[in-house]
Amino acid sequence: MTDLVDRRTGAHTSDDAAKRLAKRYASERNFRAFGMGAVLFALAALLLLLYTIISDGYKAFVTTNVTVTAQISPELADPGGKREVNDLRRGDYINIARQAIRADLPEVTARQDLRELYGLLSDGASVMIRDRVLRDPSLIGQSITLKVPVSSDVDMFNKGKIVESDIAGGNARVTPKQLGYYKQLQEKGLISTDFNTWFLSSGDSRQPELAGVWGSMVGSILTLAITLALAFPLGVASAVYLEEFAPKNKWTDLIEVNINNLAAVPSIVFGLLGLAVFLQFFGLPRSAPLAGGVVLALMSLPIIIIASRAALRAVPPSIRQAAMGLGASRIQVVTHHVLPLAMPGILTGTILSLAHALGETAPLLMIGMVAFIVDTPHSVTDAATVLPVQIYLWADSPERGFVEKTSAAIMVLLAFLLAMNAVAIFLRKKFERKW
Amino acid sequence: MPPSVVFLTLAILATVGFLMGRRRAVGLASGPGALHSLPGYYGYYVAVWCGIPALLLAVVWLTAQGPIVRALVEAAHPALFASRSVSEASLVWSDLFNLISGVKAAGTASQDLLGAATQYSNLLSISHAALAVIALALAIAGMAYARGRISPTMRARNAVERFLMWALLACSIVAVLTTLGIVLSLLFEAMRFFGKYPLLDFIFGTEWSPQTAIRSDQAGSSGSFGFLPLLYGTMMITVIAMIIAVPVGLMSAIYMADYATPRIRSIAKPALEVLAGIPSVVYGFFAALTVAPAIRNMGQSLGLDVAGESALAAGLVMGIMIVPYVSSLADDVIHAVPQSLRHGAYGLGSTKSETIRQVVLPAALPGIVAAVMLAVSRAIGETMIVAMAAGLAAGDFDFNPLKAVTTITVQIATLLVGDQEFDSPKTLSVFALGLVLFCVTLTLNFIALRVVRKYREKYD
Repeated sequence: MTDLVDRRTGAHTSDDAAKRLAKRYASERNFRAFGMGAVLFALAALLLLLYTIISDGYKAFVTTNVTVTAQISPELADPGGKREVNDLRRGDYINIARQAIRADLPEVTARQDLRELYGLLSDGASVMIRDRVLRDPSLIGQSITLKVPVSSDVDMFNKGKIVESDIAGGNARVTPKQLGYYKQLQEKGLISTDFNTWFLSSGDSRQPELAGVWGSMVGSILTLAITLALAFPLGVASAVYLEEFAPKNKWTDLIEVNINNLAAVPSIVFGLLGLAVFLQFFGLPRSAPLAGGVVLALMSLPIIIIASRAALRAVPPSIRQAAMGLGASRIQVVTHHVLPLAMPGILTGTILSLAHALGETAPLLMIGMVAFIVDTPHSVTDAATVLPVQIYLWADSPERGFVEKTSAAIMVLLAFLLAMNAVAIFLRKKFERKW
Repeated sequence: MPPSVVFLTLAILATVGFLMGRRRAVGLASGPGALHSLPGYYGYYVAVWCGIPALLLAVVWLTAQGPIVRALVEAAHPALFASRSVSEASLVWSDLFNLISGVKAAGTASQDLLGAATQYSNLLSISHAALAVIALALAIAGMAYARGRISPTMRARNAVERFLMWALLACSIVAVLTTLGIVLSLLFEAMRFFGKYPLLDFIFGTEWSPQTAIRSDQAGSSGSFGFLPLLYGTMMITVIAMIIAVPVGLMSAIYMADYATPRIRSIAKPALEVLAGIPSVVYGFFAALTVAPAIRNMGQSLGLDVAGESALAAGLVMGIMIVPYVSSLADDVIHAVPQSLRHGAYGLGSTKSETIRQVVLPAALPGIVAAVMLAVSRAIGETMIVAMAAGLAAGDFDFNPLKAVTTITVQIATLLVGDQEFDSPKTLSVFALGLVLFCVTLTLNFIALRVVRKYREKYD
């Protein structure tokens, strides 16, 4: 048949037809390439993002230290002379640290030069010596050798983020003279690059070399604990009610529409709700994980409800009918059979929504979790900050040293998110069942 | 007795009630089948009567005690609080709290403040003691009542299940209450703002400079709250984001659905999910630190004047952030188009791309429009990227993507941070902006969700 048609009109065999076909194939290839390009664009963006963060941030996990031998003289460390903790706390450790770095470079004597030399040390040096002495007061009167951090811009120079031309041009907070001292110390083998335990174990600081993520990590954990404690039971109960018991009427419809819309409300609006209702009206403490957790709980609630309902819906009706047939009440059907079967799915959804809440920043800004907080929070009513807000704060800091700290904090945050997602995927893979 | 101990005691009492109720039920049963319900239900029955009323009372009490105690202290110390504005009173209060928590040394405080602080602590401890007594008495009374009602013919399971049903219903109402809370708090504060600043000036004003005078005699800083510059900035960034996100998201969804080999899909799909899982603050950092300087340098080498916080940088990064969102929504929509339509097109000799462009996409169009609307609403509500990479000052209306603009969310995030006082137009304006944001996103979502649902029904 086709042969006949073709011979009569030539519609599919002529040169024109061949051109048309070639054009169609070309447009097919273009379309395909365009699609491929879109995917590649997204992949490239992801890789660029991760590359920038990691290449900026991995060096924050090491820090530049200088080895000093500190003489803990009793008159400086213990002015009271009674070895009491409060007295020891007030000791002049800054002076001890200064004398220690002076001992490293005894040839520096002029007052001006000494001031520059002292500037090499981070403020953390005296704190570290103090902590050592407080832990072990018997050190007073002896000399201890320890590694103390250098100031941030010297650290940046060691890591290659500041070059000599910056220093010569006055674009860094290191003077050429300080650089000279640094090099002398390096020649003596006193400069070392070590793993930065301080970064993972301390709170925020104005000095980049002393800033750490531990405080905000604890804040995040406390906040998420509140979120989990509120959102999980509420979410599962709502999902069970809506999926298993709710009569089909306009009130149920209203609740459903409401939940779907709530899931798409911008997160910052939840922050406004938290500010107006929880802080102003109920008087919850500002900047506290309690208020933050409540706000994040309300934000994750609709996501948990939607995920839980999907998990409940995936349990086949035959399970319910079988249980009913054996005389179980409707509540028993749910609590003994449907809910346990749906639990892996519900948990997966909950973990994912918590991961989402962990990365959330905007609503927490509204309830004052942006304060500069050095201490690690001990309870849910202490002032605290969370990891993403810490990132936001550091990203705004002008000091050069904070760029790598910000990137490193992002790496810590992404590691947490990765871990939570891994758990969720594990749960899904392990307990997923096809009915 | 602090509230936490009260809650702990209530939990212990409820457990005791459970054990007691179960034991009594077992003791009353004369033989198998003599009880109406399983013994555990009698236990739960007692536990509910013991724990729940006391718990509710404690929650209400703790919510109400703060304002009441504060009002009592304010009434008793007119020297400190009378004839002071709200913000001044809140300063006195924060002084007082510092005094109580020991941040402020007692020696530095005035006699009045010391007296008020002592009274406040006393009232609070009286309230806590009263709560402990009343709540525990209520718990024990509930336990005794419920235990007394236990008999073999009593329908404990039905009672417990009825309670559970109500509890479930109450939980599902929390979501509604949240919406109500959002609407009411936004409306209430926005009304206060519009009491100080005319509504029409807000909607049609072309100048946004929220810095109000701190002292009343300061000249020329009454603050103007014209909403249009923010709307312009928001739209500008949203449009740039959509120019990136819609084609890339849609095309990658199409490619993954119809072209990609399983191998490519197994790489690309998780990658897109990772992109979706990265917190927005990370994108903000990326925009501010990498993309904005790059665009600036590129512009300078082309001889263009690019602002350090250009709308282009923020929009570009926001577009990247929204790509996975668009692609996953589009993926759902494309999969919902019945296979028979595709087979029909293939049967007529169309190529794959012709099928997609002329059959699948038109059929999926309503869903795609809904997906774009959801993406737009997401872009409008996004805060961190713009807070970190877009400007603070309102831009000119010249549609130049290389200039800095400011958005609704940036203003919300920057005007309220670190601010305590709640009666200046500057802070109240934030709630008006929040209300606008909420209404716009709600409308977009509502329409989009309706379209999606209607469309799904058509093909199911």
